[in-house]
Amino acid sequence: MVWNHEMMCRRAAKELKDGYYVNLGIGIPTQVANYIPEHVNFSLQSENGMLGMGPFPTEATADADLINSGKQTITQLDKSSFFDSATSFGMIRGGHIDLAILGALQVSQAGDLANWMVPGKMVKGMGGAMDLVAGVKKVVVIMDHNAKDASPKMMKQCTLPLTGRAVVNMVITNLGVFEVTPQGFTLVELAPEVTLDEVRAKSEAEIHANSQGASNGFL
Amino acid sequence: MGKVYKNATLALEGLLFDGMTIMSGGFGLCGIPEHCIRQLRDSGVKGITWIANNCGTDDFGSGLLLHTRQIKKMVASYVGENKTFEKQFLSGELEVEFNPQGTLAERIRAGGVGIPAFYTKTGVGTVIAEGKETKVFDGVEYVMERALKADLAIVKAWKGDTEGNLIFRKTARNFNPIMAQAGIVTVAEVEDLVEPGMLDADAIHTPGIFVQRIFQGEHFVKRIEFLTTQANPTGKKKEQ
Repeated sequence: MVWNHEMMCRRAAKELKDGYYVNLGIGIPTQVANYIPEHVNFSLQSENGMLGMGPFPTEATADADLINSGKQTITQLDKSSFFDSATSFGMIRGGHIDLAILGALQVSQAGDLANWMVPGKMVKGMGGAMDLVAGVKKVVVIMDHNAKDASPKMMKQCTLPLTGRAVVNMVITNLGVFEVTPQGFTLVELAPEVTLDEVRAKSEAEIHANSQGASNGFL
Repeated sequence: MGKVYKNATLALEGLLFDGMTIMSGGFGLCGIPEHCIRQLRDSGVKGITWIANNCGTDDFGSGLLLHTRQIKKMVASYVGENKTFEKQFLSGELEVEFNPQGTLAERIRAGGVGIPAFYTKTGVGTVIAEGKETKVFDGVEYVMERALKADLAIVKAWKGDTEGNLIFRKTARNFNPIMAQAGIVTVAEVEDLVEPGMLDADAIHTPGIFVQRIFQGEHFVKRIEFLTTQANPTGKKKEQ
């Protein structure tokens, strides 16, 4: 049984440690915040200029001056702070953010990431993605193991334009969890009933078995 | 000569010319100088190089100036929600230079503080670094990025005083303070214009030296792009 997006987010949430400053990408990664255990104290950074992002407001408390990087209305917390864009990316580029979780089109076994453009399609821009992957201490990708047309996304080398070179530390797909090591992708966990052979068949990159052996499932 | 002007029309008078470079504060529609943008549209100034993080929506923010084809070139990081942009970009009518958002912010910051260029890790090994000088420091490769300045910066603040001191509110700060520094002339529009002494000097985000002209906007729309709430976390409009 492969993991669905909620399970992938639950698994990604386990990468958040107490005291972490975290940046979550737009889309599925945003949902990771819903699955973090209560005893873990963390702060969400929003690259448009906020640390300590709170949950969505009510209709009555929504404020046009208070949005996240996805331009959605949000709220502030007692611990929140606001700052300008240069300071925001100063904390990102300067290595002060502990963890970034984001989506991807392709990841290579060297940790290269492609997630901002597909040649021939409308280009919308990279936003803060290139800065985040270059500067944040640990970069975790959440993505489906294969594209909609079943083509592989775990690559020997990315064929799409890069967002960053050798920047990804971990990949969580619907089939399992992989660490990017000097040897390439190393399997850490498998989704229930998924086999290493199946993962290898659905990847272009080489997938190394963990020396301890990877167990099925974490839930 | 005082810095205070009555409205956007008077504040921008004598500053506009075809082919000029303009920086405009804001992130999405949050914290944009909406009065100045409307006045730029009405002025008809064209051939603008427009430096802003985004390009607004089809009918608000920078999008107004795309609609009238007054923008020749955009320098931005993300342009998601704008069909007008898409059309002009795909037809080749509009020139676009994408910058990583942090690189864009730092180029603007550098421009305002007398730093002509800097090295950053961002974009190394990607198309962004193509044709640019790179250098290795302590075993890590960096790419050189040039500073940005503008003939005019238009910014939006929450409060300001007649000396040009500015205070921003929440995430509406974003690119506004750094653009105020990088404009050869900076025009600030504020929700509340007060006399000197009424703002806490310790709380001022942008010192008045960076602001040449200031006015109180008569009506801020402050449109919300995606209203997400606890009851409607996707922000999608419900079917009737």
